Amino acid sequence: MKEIVIISGKGGTGKTSITAAFAALSTQAVFADCDVDAADMHLLLAPLSQQSYPFISGNIARIDAQNCTGCDTCNSLCRFDAVRPGSPYTIIPSSCEGCGVCVHFCPEKTIEFPPQRCGQWYQSETRFGSMVHAALDIGAENSGKLVSLVRQEARNLAEKHQRELILIDGPPGIGCPVIAATTGANAVLVITEPTCSGKHDLLRVLELTNHFDIPAYICVNKWDINPDMTEEIKTAAQEKGATFVGTIPYDEQITTAQIEGKTIVEWGDTIAANAIKKIWNSFCEQLDLPQ
Amino acid sequence: MKIAIASGKGGTGKTTLATALAQAATEPIQLLDCDVEEPNAHIFMKPQLTEREAVTIAIPVLDTDRCTNCGKCGELCQFNAIVTIADQTMIFSDLCHSCGGCILVCPEKALQEQPKTIGYIDTGHSQSLNGDTITFVKGTLNIGEAMAPPVIKQVKKMVDPNQLTILDCPPGTSCPMITAITGSDFVLLVTEPTPFGLHDLKLAVETLRLMDIPFAVVVNRAGCGDNRVDDYCSDEQIPLLLQIKDDRRVATAYSRAEGLLTALPEMVTELRALLGRIDNCVAAAQRSLS
Repeated sequence: MKEIVIISGKGGTGKTSITAAFAALSTQAVFADCDVDAADMHLLLAPLSQQSYPFISGNIARIDAQNCTGCDTCNSLCRFDAVRPGSPYTIIPSSCEGCGVCVHFCPEKTIEFPPQRCGQWYQSETRFGSMVHAALDIGAENSGKLVSLVRQEARNLAEKHQRELILIDGPPGIGCPVIAATTGANAVLVITEPTCSGKHDLLRVLELTNHFDIPAYICVNKWDINPDMTEEIKTAAQEKGATFVGTIPYDEQITTAQIEGKTIVEWGDTIAANAIKKIWNSFCEQLDLPQ
Repeated sequence: MKIAIASGKGGTGKTTLATALAQAATEPIQLLDCDVEEPNAHIFMKPQLTEREAVTIAIPVLDTDRCTNCGKCGELCQFNAIVTIADQTMIFSDLCHSCGGCILVCPEKALQEQPKTIGYIDTGHSQSLNGDTITFVKGTLNIGEAMAPPVIKQVKKMVDPNQLTILDCPPGTSCPMITAITGSDFVLLVTEPTPFGLHDLKLAVETLRLMDIPFAVVVNRAGCGDNRVDDYCSDEQIPLLLQIKDDRRVATAYSRAEGLLTALPEMVTELRALLGRIDNCVAAAQRSLS
């Protein structure tokens, strides 16, 4: 079983549109949406049926107002500015790190520490195969752990259905969720765009994949917005050890397809659809993936 | 006044808007790049960076001579960053959230905190179109580090309460975004008129409502998609303060590290008007509180 993660560094370069198109082209894959705080792939893959499960992770402090004496111990020990002094003292949930220091050191033992529901995850059936995705609750923590959970559930599902490939739509950035989505994967495909920002962010992502020793492939979306920059990116990425797999032209039809809830390869024989099909075939060949 | 530029969905134009607002401002202001995983504002502002300081978090180090392997530190730690197995106590600093609990709970005073560098802050200056000084601050998370919030908090320590401060925030709605927008007077949510843009806008709106920060929407690439974002804003009575039209000239300029005002100089009037409208929105929100 192989795990391929599509990431970008910079947001909005086309990760989800391209992952969903790959999903439509694949025949042997399970899909996972690991961009858990702004998950969008379900908008294109439109689950036909869905089972949902709560994601419980960590704990959150809650002061029992009745016994609070206002001694300020919690506030003086909290390093996350999560205690609001007053009568009674209260915890700001969106700032609470769940470290439990206030709970342990409260002289009145009046701070509760219930397990926290941080979101939901789903196992869905789509017109292209099974998919695992999730939604982090508003303001909730632990997105990295939810990413790990989605990946694990996708692996379980792939094993159960004897699928040989897991296609993962990854989060933007280089921090905790990206590390959780990519470590141990067989390869990442970085979708970038021919802009100074795209290049800057791509190079940081490639440093990350080198740091964790994950083979990296790159693809330039909307390449014709700046052909010179596309060349520059290709060279810079190859210097960092990444393999170039192709370019996709700017195509307004990607937005039109999205509005219709379709992947670009279902929408028609557009210039982007054709480029994506070529990239998929070459990527499968290079990585020896089931097409 | 602190105005945060946030989005939900990535790549909708946060940095484009934040840098254009900074250039359009008619007073000395600050621009803080809080997208520390992928900071981009400097690419457009081309500031002269004059100072760099490290961002450190405090992680525990163990004095094995004092440690009796009682395991109290590991019991308190919620992040599995300290574990005692049999007669050995181990620290996994990558998992440490720097809460300080283990230091406080250790009966033998065998743990001490030591700084660990996880990123850095650059400061410098740039200039607005009017020639006013833009104080520029950028945070950068080191490659391989997982936790962006401590770097974002350090960037925000540079806020001068006497100046207008614009914060370019990270995408999403989880810890980094929340850390960046906490304490702002107003948030501008940049979106695009597509299903993805709308879906992630709704998540960002729910987050801001939970945090009780006044906000408004800016639609970028207006005309590229459908009307559902406009309809949503009007149904939810969310002010839609600006539309930036979908224009290939903007995309091409952006690709060359040129900002919105290079591609569409006429927008400076609208951006200045936007700053004025935000002033009014914040004043109205403050009046309704008092």
